Amino acid sequence: MPSKINANNVKTWQVRDRNGQLFRWALWMGAAILFYISWMRISDQTTWYFFFDAPRIAADIGGRAFPPRWEYIFSLGKPIWDTFNIATLGTIIALTIAVPVAFLAARNTSPKLPLHPIIVRLIPRFIHNFVKKVTGQDMVSVGIVRPLALLVIVSTRSINSLIWALLLVSIVGPGVFAGLLAISIRSIGFCAKLLYEAIEEIDEHQVEAVKATGASGWQVMVYGIVPQILPAFAGIAVFRWDINIRESTVLGLVGAGGIGLQLQGSLNILAWPQVSLILGVILIAVIIGEFISAKVRAAII
Amino acid sequence: MSAQLEDFVGKPWRKPHFITNPFWRWSLIVITVVYLILAIGSLEVSWQRVYLGLERGWRFIVGFSQPDFESRWSDIYDGMVESVIITITSTVVGIAISIPIALGAASNIAPMPVYLLCRGIISVSRALNEIIVAILLVAIFGFGPLAGFLTLSFATIGFLAKLLAEDIEDMNKSQAEAVRSTGASWLQWVNFGVQPQVMPRLIGLSIYRLDINFRESAVLGLVGAGGIGATLNTAFDRYEFDTVAAILIMIIATVMVLEFLSGYIRARVQ
Amino acid sequence: MLKLEKLTKVYKTGDKALSDVDLEVPKGQVIALIGPSGAGKSTLIRCVNRLVTPTSGKAILDGVDITSLGAGGLRRERRRMGMIFQEYALVERLSVMENVLSGRLGYVGFWRSFLRKFPQSDVDEAYRLLDRVGLLHMADKRADELSGGQRQRVGIARALIQNPAVLLVDEPTASLDPKTSRQIMRLICELCEERGLAAIINIHDVNLAMMFVQRVVGLETGRIIFDGTPKQLTPDVLTSIYGEEDWEATIETVDDDDEEGET
Repeated sequence: MPSKINANNVKTWQVRDRNGQLFRWALWMGAAILFYISWMRISDQTTWYFFFDAPRIAADIGGRAFPPRWEYIFSLGKPIWDTFNIATLGTIIALTIAVPVAFLAARNTSPKLPLHPIIVRLIPRFIHNFVKKVTGQDMVSVGIVRPLALLVIVSTRSINSLIWALLLVSIVGPGVFAGLLAISIRSIGFCAKLLYEAIEEIDEHQVEAVKATGASGWQVMVYGIVPQILPAFAGIAVFRWDINIRESTVLGLVGAGGIGLQLQGSLNILAWPQVSLILGVILIAVIIGEFISAKVRAAII
Repeated sequence: MSAQLEDFVGKPWRKPHFITNPFWRWSLIVITVVYLILAIGSLEVSWQRVYLGLERGWRFIVGFSQPDFESRWSDIYDGMVESVIITITSTVVGIAISIPIALGAASNIAPMPVYLLCRGIISVSRALNEIIVAILLVAIFGFGPLAGFLTLSFATIGFLAKLLAEDIEDMNKSQAEAVRSTGASWLQWVNFGVQPQVMPRLIGLSIYRLDINFRESAVLGLVGAGGIGATLNTAFDRYEFDTVAAILIMIIATVMVLEFLSGYIRARVQ
Repeated sequence: MLKLEKLTKVYKTGDKALSDVDLEVPKGQVIALIGPSGAGKSTLIRCVNRLVTPTSGKAILDGVDITSLGAGGLRRERRRMGMIFQEYALVERLSVMENVLSGRLGYVGFWRSFLRKFPQSDVDEAYRLLDRVGLLHMADKRADELSGGQRQRVGIARALIQNPAVLLVDEPTASLDPKTSRQIMRLICELCEERGLAAIINIHDVNLAMMFVQRVVGLETGRIIFDGTPKQLTPDVLTSIYGEEDWEATIETVDDDDEEGET
C-alpha cells in the first residue's frame, strides 16, 4: 500500500508510491516541453498579422462564394461519374489482390516455404542473428512468404493515396487511370491487413473438422475458412469503398481524374462560386457513400 | 423409410440462393454487369503513354535500391521536422478539444441540446476531407504549418470525439451509478465513475490518431499546408525519383515505428 | 480393426501426452476412453487421424499404417475415420445440408464441392442420415440457428456420411445438458451397432460411459492403466485413474432409465 509518513508522523494514503509519481511527473513535463518547442516553431513560421486578419478574409471569400454557380452543375456530370468509378473499380481491383495477400500473410494460412539453403548462406550473419533474436526461430524455419506479404501490406498502406496518385500521374500520365491505380494500390494494404486479422481469428475447430473428413487443402479453405471470414470480407469491402469515395474526390488536385480536377481548376482561377458548388457536391457524395455503407454493414451483421 | 423422407430422396439438392427472390437476384446481376461494362468502357487509357511511362516507373523502383538522402538533405530534414511538429501539436490540441466534445456527444451523459450540438460538430469534421479543409484554411490563413496544424486538429476531433463518445455510451452503468450514489458532484462523477472506464481506450485511440496524423501531415504539403509533402511534390516535379524514394522510405519507417509503438502501448494499457 | 502400437506423442513444449500406448479395437466394438483432463484422451484420438502427428509408434487401420502415409494417402484414410467433436465444430455459417455433405469432401473433386454439385447418391444419403437423426426438416437451416443437441446430431450425420470404418468421438456430450447427453450417447451407440462400426469415445462422465459401452479404457498421464468391462470399474480403479474421491455413489446410480422424446 503506497503511503507516506507526514510531518505529524501520521500515515497518509497516496494513489501511487514516490517513484511512480516522479515518473509520471517527468512524463508530463517532457510532453509539455515537447509541445511547447513544437508550438514555437509553428509560431515562428506564422505571420500572426494574417492570422488575426483571417476572419475578414474568411468573410470575404464566403461573400464571393455565395450564391454558388448552380448552372455549373451540368459540367460536373462526367467528373462525378469518374469519381464514382475510381472508387468502385478501385475497391474491386484492390480486393482481388488483397485476398491472396491476406491468406499469405495470416499466420494460420501462410504456406511455410523454407528458404533454399543456398539463399540462406547468402544472407549476412547479422540478419540471421537479428531474425533469431526477434522471432526466436531460425531464419530457415521462419519462411519467406509471410514477411513478403507483410511487406506488400505495409508499403502500400503507409503511403497516402494522394502520394500514390502523384507517382502514377508521372508514370502513366494524368487522368482517371492514374487515379484508379492509386486508389487500388493504397487499398490493397488496408484491406489485406484487416482481412488477415480476420483470418487469424477464425475458429480452428471448424477447420479441423473439415480436415478430418479427408478434404484437400483447397476444400478446407472453401468449406472451413471462407464461410467464417465472409462477413468480415463484406464489411471491409464496403468500409473501404466508403473511404475511397472520399479519397477519390480529391485525387484530381494532383491531376488524377475525378471531380477534384474541376476543384483545382476553379481554385486556380479563384472562381469561388464554382468552388462552393463543387464542395457542396462532394459533401453530398460523401454523405450518400457513408449512408450506403452503413446500411450494407447493418444488413450483413 | 418415413413418408417425409420419400419426398426428399432422389431430388437434387441445391444450395439456397443468397437472394431468394429470382427477380431481384437477376436484376442485381444484370445491373452489376452493365455497370462494369459502362465503367470500364469510360476509362480512357492511353497505352502509348503508359508504355512511355514504364521507364519512369522502373526508375522509381530502382530509386529504392539507391535512395538519395544527401543532395536535398536540408529540404528533407526541414520537411520531416515540420511534419513531426504538425503531428504532435495537432494531436495534443485535437485530443484536448475532443474530450469535452465527446462528453457532450454521449447520450447517457449530456442533455439533448448539448448532445445535438456536439454530434453536429463531429459530423461536419468527419464529412470534410482533410485535403479540402487544408485548401480552405490555406486560403484563409496563408501558406505554412499553421494551416496544417489547424486542419489536423479539426480532423482529430471528428475521429476521436466520435469513438470516445461511443465508448462512454457503452460503459458499465452500475459502476458510474455507484459513484453517483456517494453524492459526488458532476465533475467528481466524471472523474471517478467515467474516466477510469474509458481511459485505456482514450490512450489507445490517441496514439492511433498520432499515427494517422503523421500520415496525413505527409500530404498536406501538396496544397501548401506545411510538412514533408511540399518537398515530395518538388521531387516528383523534377523527376528526382531517388530523392522521392528517400522521402518515402523515411515516411514508411516513421509510420512503422509509430505503429509498433501504438501496438505496444495499446497492449500495455488494455 | 484399429490397432495402436507403442503410440507416443511428445509436444514441442516437452510435455509427454502419450507414452507407449497399445490398444486394439476390433471391428464393431465401441470403447469408452476415460481419464482426467490432460490425461491425453484428446491427443490419442487426434493421433489416430493425424490431426496431431504422433512422435513415434504406429496406428494401423485394417492393415494400413496411418502414421507413415503421405498427404494423398492420409486424405484417403481420413475418409474412413469419422470424427465427432466436443463443441460440434460445425461450420457455423453453412447450412445443415452443406455441413453434412462436407463429410463427402474426400470423395468429390474440388470444383464439384466448390459449386456444391454433389452426386445424387451423396445427396440422398445425406437426406437419409438427417432423417435418421431427426433433423430432415432442418436441412436448409443455417448451422448456427440450431440448439446444441441438434448441432451434435448434424455432427454425427457428417461423420457417418463418410462411410467410415471407425468413429473417433471427442467428448460428444461435454457441452450438453444431462438429458440431451444421454440421447446423443444412445444415438451414437445405436448407429455403431446398426453399421457395425468400431468407435473410440472420449468421455469424462464415467457414469454415462458405463451406461452405454461394453469396454472401458482408463488413461492417466498418457498411459493406459485400465482396460475392462464397466463392471470391473471398482472404486479402487477409479481412484487410480482420477485420484482419491468417494466413488460408491457414482457406480450405484448406473441404471438405464429409458426416456424417449427428442429435442
